[in-house]
Amino acid sequence: MAEPMLELAEVTFRYEDLVMRFDLRVERGECVAVIGPSGAGKSTMLALIAGFEAPLSGRIHIEGSDVTALPPARRPVTSLFQEHNLFPHLTAAENVGLGIDPGLRLDAAARARVSAALDHVGLAGFEARLPGQLSGGERQRVALARSLVRKRPLLLLDEPFAALGPAQRREMLDLVNALGRDLGFTLLFVSHQPEDARHAASRVLFVENGRILCDGPTATIFTPPLAAPLAAYLGIDEPGTG
Amino acid sequence: MSLAVILLLLFVIGGSLAALFGTAPLDLAGILADRYLAHVLLFTTIQAALSAVLSVGFALPVARALARRTRFPGRTLLLRLFGLPMVMPAIVAVFAIVTLYGESGWLHGLAAGIGLPLGSFLYGIEGILIAHVFFNMPFAARTLLAGLESVPGESWRLASQLGMRSSQVFRLIEWPALRAAMASTAGLVFMLCFASFTVTLTLGGGPAWASLEAAIYQALRYDFDPPRAAVLALLQLAISGGLLLALHRLMVPAPVSPGIGRPQPRPDVAGWSGKILDAGLLVLAGLYVGLPVLAVVISGLSGALALVLGAAATWRAVVIGVAVSMVATLLAVAGALCLILARRRLLPPGLVAFIGSLPLACSPLALGAGLFVLLLRLGAPLDLGLGLVALINGVMGLPYVVRVVAPAAAEAAARHDRLAASLGIAGWSRWRLIDWPLLRRPIGLAGALVAALSFGDLGAIALFGTPNTATLPLLIYQQLAAYRLDAAAVTALLLVALALGGFVLIERLVGGPEHG
Repeated sequence: MAEPMLELAEVTFRYEDLVMRFDLRVERGECVAVIGPSGAGKSTMLALIAGFEAPLSGRIHIEGSDVTALPPARRPVTSLFQEHNLFPHLTAAENVGLGIDPGLRLDAAARARVSAALDHVGLAGFEARLPGQLSGGERQRVALARSLVRKRPLLLLDEPFAALGPAQRREMLDLVNALGRDLGFTLLFVSHQPEDARHAASRVLFVENGRILCDGPTATIFTPPLAAPLAAYLGIDEPGTG
Repeated sequence: MSLAVILLLLFVIGGSLAALFGTAPLDLAGILADRYLAHVLLFTTIQAALSAVLSVGFALPVARALARRTRFPGRTLLLRLFGLPMVMPAIVAVFAIVTLYGESGWLHGLAAGIGLPLGSFLYGIEGILIAHVFFNMPFAARTLLAGLESVPGESWRLASQLGMRSSQVFRLIEWPALRAAMASTAGLVFMLCFASFTVTLTLGGGPAWASLEAAIYQALRYDFDPPRAAVLALLQLAISGGLLLALHRLMVPAPVSPGIGRPQPRPDVAGWSGKILDAGLLVLAGLYVGLPVLAVVISGLSGALALVLGAAATWRAVVIGVAVSMVATLLAVAGALCLILARRRLLPPGLVAFIGSLPLACSPLALGAGLFVLLLRLGAPLDLGLGLVALINGVMGLPYVVRVVAPAAAEAAARHDRLAASLGIAGWSRWRLIDWPLLRRPIGLAGALVAALSFGDLGAIALFGTPNTATLPLLIYQQLAAYRLDAAAVTALLLVALALGGFVLIERLVGGPEHG
């Protein structure tokens, strides 16, 4: 089999009193949900992969090359945050265009790509709108369109849909999944909702206290008997009743 | 209670206004044709505009350098230093600037030392601008820095991931974050410099470079021309009032949207040219603000110590100054608290806020001129002077207290009103158990600020002071005017030491222990 999309080897990080340690291997094309309590280290793991935080030790490989020392811009990664993904004073098209050129010098071909990307996320004709004129879901679609024009193979979603209602959240996850399949993205998404993981992910990681405590295909990880820490997190007392 | 405060404010301001209107020849054509008036107005506007542009223009790169360099030795010290000009009495800063940039000052000494003769440049608009930038650049830099620090962490992460360069970061993140803050800061600096008195009086070097405020003083104390003073004072009040209204529109509070809690690394801080540029800027800003402070300390310690500290006049001035500023502080704090704590009950909050900010539009000189004229008309002796000085300083200090204490009071009200009402805690018990513990820190800070400002104020005392009722600032003014720089040096150091000491003392005593 080819080299993995992503590999974390003995990556450690310290935040206040919590020492985290991550070992992980993600294959190309997977859609991985990361669940667990707040403060467990889910977002930190994504920040380490994106290069916003530097590990104390360990190596991070993406597509076989060591990116541990690379700045965020040189990693083949796009991140979506919970909020503030867009600059409020730039139009939707300009916010997407930043993904092509961070100085916004866009020629006609680039502008056509921006429009195509907006079309792809269901926002055709929204080019001139400002983020303030968009709904929460539409703003995240614009951010998603930017990740399309950036064409980085690894997409990290740090709860970008947390503020949306259940139906809209599922819709967005379906969109992300479809885009992932079309363009060959590999996805990691953090969620507080186990049903999101069940709905969209092919694989689930359960993170607690800075460790990956459970890791398995979605189909089996939620099937009783559940692993003890996951059962405790989900509030299922006796294994076998969930 | 709050009604009494409002009545007092209206009485002071209104009485002063009425007296001014009664005295001024209300002949609009005559006023407009008056060439001296036109000159004063033009010069006041130009120097205020230049001061605002220079202060904010200098503050912008300094704030940016401070935002880019979050960790360097002395950063905290530099930020503390930037807080000093706010509480430094204007007359002391004037002394320091004369010591640095005057003809026999440090700069000229340095220039002569390397064989570069330097002409005299201090008196006139140059000196005024040097002093105004000293006062306002640090304040502007701190305001703009706060604006930059409110950029959500996600934006920096996004910039890092997209690989933005320094110029792109400025264009796409920093400039949009600062634009509104820059406009309102420049407006505020313009207003403060438009009402500048001490600096323009001492460094202007004559009627040709007089601001409105200095012209009011000259009209009353030198020419004894109350009608002219009244016209000038009315102009000052009208323009400041207009500016205040305009500024209220500019000051739209930015929507606060907390992002990632921790400060995020920026993508534009690694390059060497940027590092050198920022270091140079910060050193320059540090010297610009720090050298005057150093000059006060050094020349004070090497001045005529025995002469000044042995003089009875010095200590009389200290006692008078302490008494006047204590009364002013009590007036300001008590008045502001009555307004703040009553604002949700008696009167519409907008009205209270407006009345609370009225003194911002009144300069001490304009207000003082009105009271001066009022006293003349009533035939009252000018011996009432010190009481009026305390009253004017108290009225001028009131809006500061409102600004510092009102947000905390509003928060306390929002949090505890229902609980207090359901438990039946009201009146004195509410003040003792809820409001005082929650508000004593902002009250301490605001009181300390008002006390320091009024202790170092030259405006009101210059109008009403006599040789027997001089405070330290007036003493320094007289010493500077008589070219007794060695005496002024010691008096200036004494004034700063007492003002700062009083500030810290009041803040600690009233504000309570650090984490109370």
